[in-house]
Amino acid sequence: MTASQLPTRGEVRSAVTDKPETVPSRGRRKAVRGTQGRAGWLFVSPALVILVLFLVIPILLALYISFTRWTGFTTLFASNGPKWVGLSNYRQLLTTNGLTRLTFATAVRNNFWFVVFTVPLQTALSLGLAVLVNDRFLKGKSFFRTAFYFPSVTGSIAISLVFLFLFQGNGAINKILSTFGITGPNWLISTNGVFWNILSVFGVNPNNPPGWATHTFWGIRWWDWLAGPSVGMCVVIILIVWTTSGTYMLMFLAALQNVSEEVEEATLIDGATSWQRFRLVTVPMLRPTVVLVLTLGMMGTWQVFDQITIFGPNNPSIATPAYQSYAQSFNNFSFGIGAAMAFLLFLLIVVLTYLQRKLIPEDIT
Amino acid sequence: MAAIAAATCLVAAACGGGGSSGALGSGTGANLQLMIASSGPAETEAVQAAAATWGKETGNHVTVIPASDISQQLTQAFAGGSPPDMFYGSPAQFDVLASSGLLAATGGKVRDPTDFYPPLIKAFTLNNTFYCAPKDFSTLALEINTDLWQKAGLKMGDWPTTWAQLQTDAKKLTSGNVVGLVVQDTLDRVGAFMKQAGGSYQNAEGKFTFDSPQNIKGLEFVQTLAKEGVLKFPKQVNVGSGDEALGKGVAAMVVEGNWIVGDLKTNYPKIHYVVVPLPKGPAGAGTLSFTNCWGVAAASKHQAAAVSFVNYLTTTEQQLTFAGAVGVLPSRPSARAAFIEKFPAQRAFIDQADVAMPQVTTQGFAAVQASFDANIINITSLKPAQMLRQLQDFSNALGS
Repeated sequence: MTASQLPTRGEVRSAVTDKPETVPSRGRRKAVRGTQGRAGWLFVSPALVILVLFLVIPILLALYISFTRWTGFTTLFASNGPKWVGLSNYRQLLTTNGLTRLTFATAVRNNFWFVVFTVPLQTALSLGLAVLVNDRFLKGKSFFRTAFYFPSVTGSIAISLVFLFLFQGNGAINKILSTFGITGPNWLISTNGVFWNILSVFGVNPNNPPGWATHTFWGIRWWDWLAGPSVGMCVVIILIVWTTSGTYMLMFLAALQNVSEEVEEATLIDGATSWQRFRLVTVPMLRPTVVLVLTLGMMGTWQVFDQITIFGPNNPSIATPAYQSYAQSFNNFSFGIGAAMAFLLFLLIVVLTYLQRKLIPEDIT
Repeated sequence: MAAIAAATCLVAAACGGGGSSGALGSGTGANLQLMIASSGPAETEAVQAAAATWGKETGNHVTVIPASDISQQLTQAFAGGSPPDMFYGSPAQFDVLASSGLLAATGGKVRDPTDFYPPLIKAFTLNNTFYCAPKDFSTLALEINTDLWQKAGLKMGDWPTTWAQLQTDAKKLTSGNVVGLVVQDTLDRVGAFMKQAGGSYQNAEGKFTFDSPQNIKGLEFVQTLAKEGVLKFPKQVNVGSGDEALGKGVAAMVVEGNWIVGDLKTNYPKIHYVVVPLPKGPAGAGTLSFTNCWGVAAASKHQAAAVSFVNYLTTTEQQLTFAGAVGVLPSRPSARAAFIEKFPAQRAFIDQADVAMPQVTTQGFAAVQASFDANIINITSLKPAQMLRQLQDFSNALGS
């Protein structure tokens, strides 16, 4: 092949742009796509089979179980297996006044306050840490990055056990507090909401709610809805914020490293203070990551489970829907109720994630 | 390597000798699987030894499967349609298993089916069918730290036998960092006081009777002691259980079962204590009993062999072996004399067998009890009558 036979630049460009017209026939194009398609399916089939087998089918089975009464001891399709009860499980969880609804609603209440405190705190903390370890003038950068990331890679059960000992009535935290003359609470067994604990300092009696607050919603008094997280739940909040901030710090760090130095230098020349630079330049440029972290954080915090099994199987102010779903199934042999709880939790997360997407203007994502 | 071989063995159900020839009738040549919830190596070894001896005598083979979480593993095995032939059956699962037809009715088929303590037979009876032979049992008694007892100026041997004495002694024993009486915050402990006041969980027809005046009286006594500060719950004194409270010397007296003997021996060998029957309430003596049974799966092909194995496991000799290894009480009254002779210090536990109230086995009660238990820690600011009223309402709603 000689140089003269090579197409010129212009010819190449026209060949590319004219492609739709120069493709010989629709039939042949389809054929090409067809083989490609088949190969594509072939390549994804292992993953697809695994997804269907271990994700789609179990989810559908769980959905089926949520409409049945099943003790978990009988085989799924045996005559003494799951008994179809229609919407009964969902009614018990949503409308029928009783223990099942009370347990679930309390768990949702607990988890609501947990999310309200955890998500903003973990987002702020991880952003702060990321900005710190991204500083060009910081010495021992990799040490700090590893140190902050460490809690995220440690087993959740192990960390929970450590916290269990730290926050015991005679644990390290209370020992430290006592050196300052403060008598710490018995953290993990306290069931009172912190808001009422704070208000009681100002003379409000937590056990004597005003009339309007004695009305109930979903089987729980408004007074209890508004009580805030319990002291025990606050420990879980501290634990989760601490362990998850490392992971989210990595995400922020990756995003921060995409912020070009020119922008930063430009702001320096314009005379912005470091706070202005952070608030008006860095954060807006990180908004997609902020949205990501908020969404992931919310989905994760609504499903908190490991820490709850360690901290408070016996403390009703700590239990979450994910934990109650497990307890109903495996301790109480009501797999139908447990599955229904799981699906209600799933719906709740979907709705909240959708609302979150709607509330944050789209142009920044 | 041995562990892997054993695990493979469990998966492939038909490994080991035997096969399944002549399994149903003769009871020889059967290959049984036995799932146990072991409290430790001592128990596992005792069961394995019993299985080996019986297997040799009868020409059968038993594979012992120590479960790490028997509730979950049994559920999975049953749901998968291949349950172990035999297993430790707990009261919590009994109702579910028996009413779904998954439990073989072997209770009446074992040797001397009437030679079990009546409360234990009752615990494993549904619709007048005695389903499975009680394995062993435990009762609650009062354990007293004798060093603290003497330090408080009390006379050895002058143990409390009535509520009034318990109250005054607990008061005298409470000082500094020591609490007179530590009781776990669960119905499985405070229920004993309800029984002593003449109360019960269920009446003869199986209807719940939690809100009876007697039960309220029993719980109010617990509240009185808690208000006086002479009774505390383990979490309030930063321990996990009554055993630990007594072992660490933060409690002068605790209400615990016979498991405390082995626990203290292992973990707190320096503690000096005595075991006495629980003090009598207004309606006399009362305690609670906890038990498991030798469950046989209805799906098992080796039921006759299983019954023969249960017969062997419930001989006086074997029951005493388990009593020594696990710290449980023999479920057969015929083994009582020999037990007392061998373990005189634990006499108080077995002497209360006739006044023991078994646990509720109704399906769904676990969640109901959990909601009641969760409130006990706040008993000083709650009304016992209201707590029991709620317990009654939630229990009545079960099965509806």
